[in-house]
Amino acid sequence: MELSGAQIVVQSLKDEGVEHVFGYPGGSVLHIYDAIFQQEDVRHVLVRHEQGATHAADGYARATGKPGVVLVTSGPGATNAVTGIATAHLDSIPMVVITGQVPSPLIGSDAFQEVDTIGITRPCVKHNFLVKRVEDLAETMKKAFHIANTGRPGPVVVDIPKDVTDPNIKVPYEYPSKVKMRSYSPVEKGHLGQIKKAVELMMGAKRPVIYSGGGVVIGDASAELTELVQKTGFPITNTLMGLGAYPGTDNQNIGMLGMHGTYEANMAMHETDVLVAIGARFDDRVTGKIAEFCPHAKIIHIDVDPASISKNVRIDIPIVGQVKSVLNDMLRILTEREILADADALDAWWKQIESWRAVKCLEYPKSDEVIKPQFAVDTLHKVTDGGLYLTSDVGQHQMFAAQYYPFDKPRRWVNSGGLGTMGFGLPAAIGVQMAHPDATVACITGEASILMCIQELATCKQYNLPLKIILLNNGYMGMVRQWQEMFYEGRYSHSYVDALPDFVELAESFGHVGMRIDKPGELAAGFEEAFSRKDELVFIDVVVDPSENVYPMIEAGKGHHQMHLSPQQATERELA
Amino acid sequence: MRHIISILMENEAGALSRVAGLFTARGYNIESLSVAPTEDQTLSRMTLVTIGDERVIEQITKQLNKLVDVVKLVDLSEGIHIEREMMMIKVRAEMGMREEIKRLSDIFRGKIIDVTDTSYVVEMTGDSSKLDSFVRAIPEELIIEVVRTGASGISRGPKALTL
Ligand SMILES: Cc1cc2nc3c(=O)[nH]c(=O)nc-3n(C[C@H](O)[C@H](O)[C@H](O)COP(=O)(O)OP(=O)(O)OC[C@H]3O[C@@H](n4cnc5c(N)ncnc54)[C@H](O)[C@@H]3O)c2cc1C
Ligand SMILES: Cc1ncc(C[n+]2csc(CCOP(=O)(O)OP(=O)(O)O)c2C)c(N)n1
Ligand SMILES: [Mg+2]
Repeated sequence: MELSGAQIVVQSLKDEGVEHVFGYPGGSVLHIYDAIFQQEDVRHVLVRHEQGATHAADGYARATGKPGVVLVTSGPGATNAVTGIATAHLDSIPMVVITGQVPSPLIGSDAFQEVDTIGITRPCVKHNFLVKRVEDLAETMKKAFHIANTGRPGPVVVDIPKDVTDPNIKVPYEYPSKVKMRSYSPVEKGHLGQIKKAVELMMGAKRPVIYSGGGVVIGDASAELTELVQKTGFPITNTLMGLGAYPGTDNQNIGMLGMHGTYEANMAMHETDVLVAIGARFDDRVTGKIAEFCPHAKIIHIDVDPASISKNVRIDIPIVGQVKSVLNDMLRILTEREILADADALDAWWKQIESWRAVKCLEYPKSDEVIKPQFAVDTLHKVTDGGLYLTSDVGQHQMFAAQYYPFDKPRRWVNSGGLGTMGFGLPAAIGVQMAHPDATVACITGEASILMCIQELATCKQYNLPLKIILLNNGYMGMVRQWQEMFYEGRYSHSYVDALPDFVELAESFGHVGMRIDKPGELAAGFEEAFSRKDELVFIDVVVDPSENVYPMIEAGKGHHQMHLSPQQATERELA
Repeated sequence: MRHIISILMENEAGALSRVAGLFTARGYNIESLSVAPTEDQTLSRMTLVTIGDERVIEQITKQLNKLVDVVKLVDLSEGIHIEREMMMIKVRAEMGMREEIKRLSDIFRGKIIDVTDTSYVVEMTGDSSKLDSFVRAIPEELIIEVVRTGASGISRGPKALTL
C-alpha cells in the first residue's frame, strides 16, 4: 500500500484502534485534515480551544485506559496545547499529541506560526519526536503509542513538518506490529525476593496501613488491590488520584489522606508501623513535613517507575514493577504460605482507628437557609446513587467532591491532581462522555474554574453531549480565599470573582438547559430533574455558602497529626 | 561528592538537550559535560561530572535512565576508573618567564604547541585535579586564556559500557 504522510497519520491511528481524535485545524495540519475528511473510521471531535482538545483526550484516557489522541496545528495551536500536555504528564496519563510544524526547509527561520514545539514541550512530556522523513512516520507513530502507554504512562508529542504530510509524495506503508527500542524497556514483573520480603514484613505488622494511589487506577489493578485489602483485613487510604481503586463506601477504607484527608487516615499514617505504598508517589500534599512523615513505619513501595522510589521518602523495601503483576505475586505468596496477620494486634489497631473515626471529621454544620457545598455533594451522591463518572475542576469544590462523593469503582473520578489545572473539568467530561456515550457524566466546578474553558459548551452542543455541570457557585476563588483567610489575616487580594455572567442565560445561549438552585430544600429535587433530562446538557448553578472552608486541613509543611478539624478547632491537635 | 557518570545514548538530534534540560529542570549541578559519537555511529557517549549527596546522585541516575534516548549508564565513581581531561592554556611568556613556564609544563608533562615572542600555548591532559593544579601553579597574571574539554572517563579492567 502506498500512502502519503497525511494518510499515514490517519491510517496508523486506525491501526492503533483509535476511534476519537480531539483537535483543531490550522495551516500546517491541513493535509492531515484533508485525509481525515476522506474516511470514516477515525472520528474527529472539533473542540473550541486546543487546551480543550488536550483535556478532552486526557479525560478519555482516564476513563478508558486507552491513550487519548490530539491533533493541533503549529505555533499557537501547539502552545495552547501545552497546559493540557503538562496536566497529563503530572498525572501519568497516556496521550499522543500530533502537532503540525512548518515545512522542514523553513524550520529555524522564524517562519509563520513557527515555535520550537519539541523544545517547549520537552520538560512536560514522556518523550517527543520530530519526524523528518515521511519514511519514518509509521514507525514513529508506533513508537509514540508504545511509549505513551507502557511503563509509567505519559504524553508523547509527534511534531510533523507540513512537507512530511504532502499528499503528492507517497511511500510504501506498513504499520509495524511490534516495536523494539534498545533504550526503552519498562519493567513488568517485580523482583520475587523483594516481594517475599515485603509480604513477611506486612504480615508481621501490628499497625499496618495500605496507601494506594493513581498507579492502581492507571495499572488496572483495582481487583487485585481489593483482594489484597480484604484478604489481609488491613485499613486502606487512597490519594486523591487513587479514589475508586478500592470501594469508597467499604468500611476498611479510611478515606483520603493528606492535606484534606480524613482525621482517621492521617492519624493512622502517623501511627502505622508498616506502610504499604502501592502506585503512589509520596507527593508533598500527601506527606506534609517529610521529617515527621510516618515516624514509626517501615515502608514498602510498589511502583513501575524506579525514579519514584526513594525520591521524597526513604523506602525500606522497594519493588519495581507493574502493580497488577506485583499484587498478583503477593496474593499468590499469601495463599501458598498461608501467612496470617497478627489478629490481636489488628483488632486493637482497628479499635484505635474507630476511635479516630468517631471524631467524625467530615461532619459539617447543617443549614436551612444557605446551601453548604458539602451538603450539595452529599445530595448529589444520594441522587445519583454514587454511580457518576465525575470530572472536576480545581479548588474547594474538587476537595468537597473527593471527600463527600465516595467512588466504588476506578476511572470514575477524573481530576487534575498533580498540576491542579483550572479549566480541566468541562473538556475532560467531553472526553469521558465520548468514551462512554451511555454513561451519566457530570462535571463539578467553581465559577472561576468553569470560565477557563467555557467555550467548550459549544463542542457539547455540536456533539449532543448530555453532560450535567454542577457549579458550586460561592462567588470566590474559594480555595484561594481560604488560604488568605488562614494565612494572610483575611486580606482577600483578588480572590473575589467580580462581574460574573448569569450562568443560566449563558448555558441557554449555547443551546443548553440552565438551572439555578439556591435553597437547600430544593436541591435534591433540582438534581433529580436535571439528571432526568437524559438527552440534554444541564448546567446547574448551585448558589452555595460563600464562606465555607475545606476541613480537615493540614497546613503545608506540617505533620499528619497536626490537623485543623474546623475553624473552631484551628489548633494543633497533638496525639493523645 | 563528585561523580563521573558515563552515558551511552542514541545519537539523535535533541538527545543532548534532554540531558541538559533534565539537569536545569530538577536543579542538579553539572560541572562538565562532554559528548561525541562512538565507533557505532548510532550511539553517542557522554561523560557528565556532577556533585551531589548520595540521594541526589541516586535520583540523577534514575532520572537519566528514564530518558527514552538513554540506552545505558554507569556511575564510574562507584568503581576504579580512569579520568582524563584535555586543556589548552595560553600564557604570557616573556623574557624572564619563558624558561620557568617551560619547566613547569615539563613537570606536568604538558606540551608547548604554539610559540610567539610573548606567549605559549600549553596542551595538557590528565585528571581534572591535575589540570587544576597546573592552572594554580602558573602565576595568575600570566594566564591569558584557558580552554578545557571537561572530563571523560572509562572503567579499568575488561568490563565496559557497551550494548
Ligand atoms: C487543590 C488540591 C488539593 C490536593 N489535596 C490533596 C490531598 O489532600 N490528598 C491527596 O492525596 N492529594 C491531594 N492533591 C493531589 C496531589 O497534588 C497529587 O496529585 C496526588 O497526591 C498524587 O497522587 P498519587 O500519589 O496517587 O500519584 P499519581 O500522580 O497518581 O502517580 C502514580 C504513581 O504510580 C506509579 N504508577 C503508574 N502506573 C503504574 C503501574 N501500572 N504500576 C505501578 N505503578 C504505577 C507512577 O510511577 C507514580 O509514582 C491535591 C491537589 C489539588 C489540586
Ligand atoms: C490555571 C490555574 N490558575 C490558578 C490556579 C490557582 N487556583 C487554585 S484553586 C483557585 C480558585 C478556584 O476557584 P473556583 O473555581 O471558584 O473554585 P472554589 O475554590 O471556589 O470551589 C485558583 C485560582 C489554578 N489551580 N489553576
Ligand atoms: Mg468559587
